[in-house]
Parts: sequence; structure tokens; C-alpha cells
Amino acid sequence: MHRDPPVTEDELHAFVDGELPADRLADIEAWLNTHPDDAIRVAAWQAQAAAIRSHFSATLRDVEPKPLKIDSLMQRSRKWPAIVAAMVVAAFVVGGFAGWMGHNTTTGGPATEEPAEMAAPSDPTDQLARQALAAHKLYIGEIRHPVEVSAAEPYLTPWLSRRIGTTLRIPDFSAFDMKLLGGRLLPGESGPAALLMYENGNGDRITFYSAKLQAPQTSFRYYQSDNVAAIRWVVGDVGYAVTGPADKMRLKEFAKAAFEQLENRAPPPSNTRSSNQPLISRQFNGQ
Amino acid sequence: MSSFRQDVENNVPALRRYARVLTRDGELADDLVQDTLVRALRSEHLFHGGEVRSWLFTILTNLNRNRLRALARRPTTASLEDDDAPDASGPEAGGRDIERALSLLAEEQKQVLLLVVLEGLSYREVADIQGIPIGTVMSRLARARAQIKAYLDGERPALRRVK
Repeated sequence: MHRDPPVTEDELHAFVDGELPADRLADIEAWLNTHPDDAIRVAAWQAQAAAIRSHFSATLRDVEPKPLKIDSLMQRSRKWPAIVAAMVVAAFVVGGFAGWMGHNTTTGGPATEEPAEMAAPSDPTDQLARQALAAHKLYIGEIRHPVEVSAAEPYLTPWLSRRIGTTLRIPDFSAFDMKLLGGRLLPGESGPAALLMYENGNGDRITFYSAKLQAPQTSFRYYQSDNVAAIRWVVGDVGYAVTGPADKMRLKEFAKAAFEQLENRAPPPSNTRSSNQPLISRQFNGQ
Repeated sequence: MSSFRQDVENNVPALRRYARVLTRDGELADDLVQDTLVRALRSEHLFHGGEVRSWLFTILTNLNRNRLRALARRPTTASLEDDDAPDASGPEAGGRDIERALSLLAEEQKQVLLLVVLEGLSYREVADIQGIPIGTVMSRLARARAQIKAYLDGERPALRRVK
């Protein structure tokens, strides 16, 4: 039917960027010969690209940076708190949780999601979510000191547990390729709070916030603030929030995983890489 | 030196260039690159083949995103878009114009354009680095180019919808 399949804007970009399949090249060139508006646009894009390249290569020549030496970098990095512990499924003593078992979710449980705007500021669970969001935004930007105490330190869990006044439970997100970096203690509206930070190999970070809270048990609730979102829930006298990039479905997976691990002590999902390790055990060190 | 480390080292100049353009601050850029390198070398065991270059850019992009998120919370007083028309013309004006035009782009759009144009990465690689579908790469690229063109053609940036 068509002698020439119509040319899309994507193809014009691909033409400029050298991404066009070879067998389309002639078609696009012919198209540009007969479509001056597109030809002008393409020429403008090419000029932009040339300007960007020449401008920044000139800029970079002006500022000749000191060489970065990988070897010296590695030496520096070795001094960092070892964020090793390939699978530190940091853990806790089971005994303290006897009472916890009694808490079971009501019918829907936290799987029932109630998306919500930030509600009345006086609601302690909203405050918890807000604080989790604020802490997340503040600390994920820290490159050198994302956490106060590294996951490799055996006293991380006991210390945070003692300070927040309840046995801290540390979810295992290794099924999401997220590794525990460590944690820190924070002041919270209703008392001290623990913030745990996880990171994957790409530098993506999520945090898990928990604090004692006098509030009725609630199911998942989603809060968003700029590009960041939190899902919070309350079980017993502890409020929890998982905070990360504002991707509701993904965040919900984290929240579900954390909830299930904490509440039911279900085994981690089958694809977890730490499937041989007990989810709940005494604290141990990596290997 | 292992070939992995060699690959990493070979990418340092490109990373620094990209970081400089992103941050417009030499020291900050070098910090970002250093952190990227440290992270990459520390996680070598997580790297199972593929393009070292894409992976490094992914790390750098994420670190920069974390940095920007942290920054976004601080009150800033700089008004970026209100009263700047393109610079007066002249032999030196071209570079400043393009830099200015880039600075007005949404961060994601700017990154796509720079990765494609300055670093010569493929659409596929950019999609992987930003963790988005190729269609989104294309639309960001298109918006970036349309906006720069409008700016250089003399439209007031405030009149453009920035998405």
C-alpha cells in the first residue's frame, strides 16, 4: 500500500543519534528531502548535539582534574566501616516475641491497602509516616555516613532494641537484592525510632523505620512526598514504615515482605538468596 | 590489574565528564565519581558480565539521584527560570546558551540527552541506566530537544510546560 512507511518522530531522533536500522536510512533521508519542517528540526537537534559536545569538551579542557587513582581509592574504601556481611540477615532473639504472636491482623490484614493523602497531622500514624519520609530523604543522600552503626556490628540490633524500647526486628530484603547497610537511632514524636537502611548494588536505597506507637492496629497506608513514598502500618504497640522511591507497587512488595516476616515469620520468598539461612536467629556475623 | 578494574578505569574520564555536566561543580563531580568507583569495585562480585560502562553510569545516576533528593528538602532561594533570556549573541555566547538551556530541563530529560549526545550511549543502555522503558527514553529525549530548540529560538522558558 504505502511506498514509504510514514516516518515517526522517534525515527528522526534515531537518525540524529545513529540508532536507525540501516535499512531505514535511505527512507528517512528521502523523507527529509520532501519534508522541510522535519529537516529543520533534525538540523536543529544536530546543532544542539554539536554545541553540547563542543561546549563541554572545552569546559573540561579548562579544568584539568586531578587524576583519580583507583588504587588509592581502594585503600580509602578499606578504611570504611565494612559493609560486608554478604547476607547479614540480622536477627533477634525469638523469646521476646512470645506475646507478639497473639497479634493477628484483622480480616484483610495489611494486604488491604488504603491509599491516602496526608491526613490530620495529629494522627500518630501519619506522624510516623512523615517522620519516616523525612528521615529517609535526609539520610539516603549521605554517601559516607548513611548509617550510624554498620550491619556488620553485632551490637546493632541489641542497641537499637534497647533504645526504642521494644525488640527490634530487622526484615530481610535480600530477595529484592537489598542488603542491610546498618541503622541509626532517631528522635521521634512518640519516642526514639530506629531507621535501618538497605542498598542494592546500583546504589538504590530503601529504609525501614520503626518506633513504639500508641495507636490502633492499622493496615498498609501509602504516603507520597515528591519522589519518595512510605507505606506504614501498626502492629501491637509498634509502628513501621518502609520508605523508598515512589513506586507504589514495588514499595508494597517491600512492605508485604517486611510485614509477613515480622508478623508470621514466614520463610523468605523462594527466590531469596539467603534461603538456607534462618530468618530469625541469634545475631551472627556474615559468614 | 584485572580486566574488570581495567574496564572501570577506562570509564573514569567519561564518568567525570558526565558528573561534571550533571553537577556543574568540579569537586562535587569528583566526589560522585569516586563514590561510584568505590561502590563498583566493592561490588565487583555482583557484576556478572555485561557492559561495565552502563553499570557505572547506573551507579552514578542513582547516587546523583539520592543526592538530589536530599537537596530537594533544603529550602533553596535561587530562582532559576524567571528572568533569563538567552545571552546576547556574540562569539562566546553559544556555549553559555546551550548550558543555560540544559539547566532549564527537568533532571531526567537532561540526563537522557547528555547520555545520548555527550556519552554516545545507545537508547537501550540509557533505558537500563535510568530503569525506564525505551519509549520513555524517547519521550524524554524528544521533550529535551524540543525545549532546547524553543529556548534557543528565543521563547521564554517560563512559557514552556516542563514535564
